Amino acid sequence: MNEIPLTHILFLSTALFFIGMYGLFTRRNLITMLMAIELMLNSVNINFVAFNKYLYPDKLNGVFFTLFIIAVAAAEAAVAIAIFINLYRNHRSIDVEETEQMRY
Amino acid sequence: MLLSALIILPLLTAIALLFCNGLRQVRVLALSGAVVQLIYVLWLLVVYWQQRPAGDAAAILFEEDHLWFTPLNIHYHIGVDGIAMAMILLTALVAVAGILVSWSVEKLNREFFFLLVLLSLGAYGFFISLDLFTLFFFLEVAVIPKFLLIGIWGSGSKEYSAMKLALLLMGGSALVFVGLAGIYFNAPTAAGHTFDLLQIARAAIPAEAQKLFFPFAFIGFGIFTALFPFHTWVPDGHSSAPTAASMFLAGISMKLGGYGCLRMALLMPEAAQAYSGIIILLATIAIIYGAFATMMQTDLKYINAYSSVSHCGFVLLGIGMLTKTAIMGAVLQMVSHGLMTALFFAAIGMLYDRTHTRQVAQLGGLLKVMPFIATVFVIAGLCSLGLPGLSGFVAEVTVFMGAWQNEDALYRIATVLACASIVLTAVYILRAMGKVIMGPLAGTGSLGDSLPDAGWNEKLAAGILITGILVMGITPFWIIQLISG
Amino acid sequence: MQRPFTIDDIAMNYSSYIALIPLLPLAAFVMLGLLGKQLSRSAGILATLIMLVSTVLACYTAYNYFFVTGKVNGVYPPVAAFHYNWLPFSPGLSIDMGVLLDPASVMMLVVVNFVSLMVHVFSLAYMKGENRFATYYAFLALFTFSMLGLVLSGNLLQMYIFWELVGVSSFLLIGFYYDRPAAVAAAKKAFIVTRFADLGFLIGILILAFYGGTLDFNTLIYQLTATNSSPLTQSPQAGFPGISLLTWALMLVFMGGAGKSAMFPLHIWLPDAMEGPTPVSALIHAATMVVAGVYLVARLYPIYLLDVAVLQIITWVGAISAFLAAIIACTQTDIKRVLAYSTISQIGYMLFALGLAGYGHTTTGYSASLFHLFTHAFFKSLLFLGAGAVIHFVHTNEMLEMGGLRKWMPVTHLTFLIACMAIAGIPPFAGFFSKEEILLAAWENNRYVFLLALITSGITAFYMFRLYFSIFWSRTRSYPHQHGEGSWTMKVPLVLLGTAAVLVGFIPFADFVALDNQKEITIPLSFSIAPVTIAIAGIALAYLLYYKYNPGPQKLALALGGLYKMVKRKFYFDELYLFITKRIIFDGIAKPAAWIDKHLVDGFMNGAGRATARFAESIKAWQSGRVQSYALYFFGGIIALAALIVYWWT
Repeated sequence: MNEIPLTHILFLSTALFFIGMYGLFTRRNLITMLMAIELMLNSVNINFVAFNKYLYPDKLNGVFFTLFIIAVAAAEAAVAIAIFINLYRNHRSIDVEETEQMRY
Repeated sequence: MLLSALIILPLLTAIALLFCNGLRQVRVLALSGAVVQLIYVLWLLVVYWQQRPAGDAAAILFEEDHLWFTPLNIHYHIGVDGIAMAMILLTALVAVAGILVSWSVEKLNREFFFLLVLLSLGAYGFFISLDLFTLFFFLEVAVIPKFLLIGIWGSGSKEYSAMKLALLLMGGSALVFVGLAGIYFNAPTAAGHTFDLLQIARAAIPAEAQKLFFPFAFIGFGIFTALFPFHTWVPDGHSSAPTAASMFLAGISMKLGGYGCLRMALLMPEAAQAYSGIIILLATIAIIYGAFATMMQTDLKYINAYSSVSHCGFVLLGIGMLTKTAIMGAVLQMVSHGLMTALFFAAIGMLYDRTHTRQVAQLGGLLKVMPFIATVFVIAGLCSLGLPGLSGFVAEVTVFMGAWQNEDALYRIATVLACASIVLTAVYILRAMGKVIMGPLAGTGSLGDSLPDAGWNEKLAAGILITGILVMGITPFWIIQLISG
Repeated sequence: MQRPFTIDDIAMNYSSYIALIPLLPLAAFVMLGLLGKQLSRSAGILATLIMLVSTVLACYTAYNYFFVTGKVNGVYPPVAAFHYNWLPFSPGLSIDMGVLLDPASVMMLVVVNFVSLMVHVFSLAYMKGENRFATYYAFLALFTFSMLGLVLSGNLLQMYIFWELVGVSSFLLIGFYYDRPAAVAAAKKAFIVTRFADLGFLIGILILAFYGGTLDFNTLIYQLTATNSSPLTQSPQAGFPGISLLTWALMLVFMGGAGKSAMFPLHIWLPDAMEGPTPVSALIHAATMVVAGVYLVARLYPIYLLDVAVLQIITWVGAISAFLAAIIACTQTDIKRVLAYSTISQIGYMLFALGLAGYGHTTTGYSASLFHLFTHAFFKSLLFLGAGAVIHFVHTNEMLEMGGLRKWMPVTHLTFLIACMAIAGIPPFAGFFSKEEILLAAWENNRYVFLLALITSGITAFYMFRLYFSIFWSRTRSYPHQHGEGSWTMKVPLVLLGTAAVLVGFIPFADFVALDNQKEITIPLSFSIAPVTIAIAGIALAYLLYYKYNPGPQKLALALGGLYKMVKRKFYFDELYLFITKRIIFDGIAKPAAWIDKHLVDGFMNGAGRATARFAESIKAWQSGRVQSYALYFFGGIIALAALIVYWWT
């Protein structure tokens, strides 16, 4: 079996991370932003799995971390969407520009 | 347990206060707590007297030592020597008097008395601590209530004053903490790092470390006792505070600083020697300049607050002079000023309750209407200007005698200038007294001369403080024996 | 000049009851102070009875001291009857509450007690009906206690303690009519001026105590006079530019005395102090407190002898005060103020006599001075009580509104005349003898002072008889409320003091109170001619101008013009002091101090607070509330950290 070099996978995760980051900075819709964050989390997951496979093939720490992150991300999505729904009820909008009540 | 009771009693009183209902219950409980405490302190004084080896005022009695926080080797270590005993006695006297004069506080009375008791608890804990961390802990306990007492029950620009006082005192605490930490890490004791005062005193901190950390600790404590130029919280804080808080603030709380300065000077003798010139300079400025600034004040509370700056200068002067007599004088001045200024604030508070003004220009001839309060005012004033027979003279003359033993010419000049304050004090006290107490009647409003004189609680409060002043002024030998053997 | 130490076995005779002499008035003060309201009228009687007991004890002490114990080795020894360690400062240095008997203190003991008793009795009628009758007696008792304590002090700081107590009781009594602004102002002035002088006293004590190593009078005198190695006496370097510490110390102590004795230029408080009740003036501002300065110098006299410069200062301060005060007295119309200035003048006599005794050919000035103090106490308190009786009768202090009073007040008239003769120095009244001794001392030691003193005694006779004629002769007026001269309680003290003013001059005073090596004082008859002549001339002038009401005095005043005005305004001393206090101290120092405190020191604190707030204000926009900009900071931070870590690791 032809081994895929680690660098390819790292390239993929880096690309995914910056795509997520681009989305986070440019979108105004909170749900889109949440999706962008999910992208970034997944890029991290890929990193964990890849490093685990290539550097410490006899251990499972990276995989565990990935599972943790997936679980936390799910919980986070649930909380975030609950907040967004409340926000929408109050503001009739989920535009991030309009959620500035918490500033100084 | 003998000494811990000094903390436990107020603590129990404070907790019980939280479960009280109604003004009546609250003040009866607060007063009985303070009275029991006073009686206990008097009894403790007798026991102390009996147990102390003759003539040894430095002996530490009633020691208790428990390990409190192992990783940092912090102990709950308490005990008293003669000086601490004198300060505790002062605290107990002022606490009873302060609670008596706030008999008629209606607003949030439970919380008010709770905070007063908490403040006194902090003071007791501070004076009996032999562990620097415990000392610091109780110092902080005594700061917070002041902020609330002024901010909630005060008058005038109370929020501003409360904030100013709290910030300056907190700044002082921060400096104190730096100094104490420096001592903690530099004292070469056998048991490793320790906050224990006695062990540190035995071990002698290296001179370099002393010189580095002494200013922090001294200035930090100095802020509490109105060290120039950090005294500006005193006038604003006192004038905005309610009567009892003023009494506690000037009578007890400012003494925490003086006591702390004294302990630091004794703990770091080389540094105290090295910095004594600066201490004396600042103290002399505080004495003279405070007195001059007092002359121009028009509000009675401001007059007493500025005169406190001047009088507390004597405490620092005595400490800075470093002779045994001068330090004894500093302690005497702390006790004397505590009693006298509490009495003065009590008298001012009583006048204010009736006339609703503290402006000297608006008052006059009150001796005719309220002979008792006026007499109290006169006695406090005479004590302030150092009349023999009252405590102020004993303290001041001891500071002068001790200060003069320093043969250095500059110290002599400082002493002469400090002596000059007896004239300046006479000027501002007599100006205020001549206008408010004597002269044609004024300031009584529509009630004319039917304003009531002092009530039983006010008479009792003044009586307690005046007794203290007279006992100290007429028989100074016992208190000198107490503090210096 | 070594004095023997106290002799303990003699001391045993005294200890118990002497303490009672000052303590009895103290007990009276406490009793009247606490129970005054309940006692009301009987308060005065109680205080008077206590004073009577105290006076008897004082006389007994004097008898015991002078006649039972008597002389040891030709002098009356100082006896420290007992002392109690009151406030220990350091080994050797402590305030001891004690009693020191020596001829001067025993003499003062009798004088103070006697005059105080007379004033107590007199006040029974004078202060009758006063609201605060009991308070008045309480204050009187407090004063008497303090004055007796001062007199008996055996310790420098003990003396200072009572010195201050005397000052405060004087303050309370001057301000007794507390609702009169003038009385309040006078009380404040008296207290503050004397306090200023006491500052000097205190610093002087500090110097003396430090170098003498003790505060006890006898030991101190012994230490400083016997051991010449004391740094105090030797090195002027130890002092301030060119003046030795001893000179400083003695000058400063004298400053305290000059303040209490109202000497030039600290005399300004005494005339104003006349706002107090008149019997109080008789006690405090004539016979007792104001001579404390003389007494103080006499007490420390062996030390003063070490320093001629200070004695010269004392001499001239005394002489100038005597002269200036006498001149001012000629122009005053308030009868009490005339008497006040005459008091200043007479104390000036005592002081220059004391000063002259130290550096001239003879030392008779010392006992002459104290003799004058003794006689002066009687005739001056008599004058004040007489003035009190007059004021009680006419209800005014103004001499111009009186006249012809001899018809209504025969007893007062007669006793007042005796006192005037005494103060003018007419033989055989008491003042003649003492003044003659002083003049003799001046003649023998310093002719300039003698000349000044001689002129002053002429002026004294003039203004005293100006007062006498204006009150009792001049034009007769009718007085709206003609009650009698006063009850017997007012007359008895006058008569007793009058008798004393006639008789006490015959006491061979120098036998009792004198310096150890003083020679007998013999006044040649021929010497008396000049003073008596000049006194009679003064009286004659007063007779011409004031015996019958005539426009003469006014014409004279007009003719003198500016000069008269200047004297009448007391050489503008009050204005000068007012300028110093108001313009220099209040406006020049206190106001700037208060301003600096409010604006610079506190301004700095407030500024620090404001600077913090402004800084926070300026960076608060960073917290924009925009999630995306936070994310940007966040990632920027991570990148920066990553860059740093990579940089450090490679």
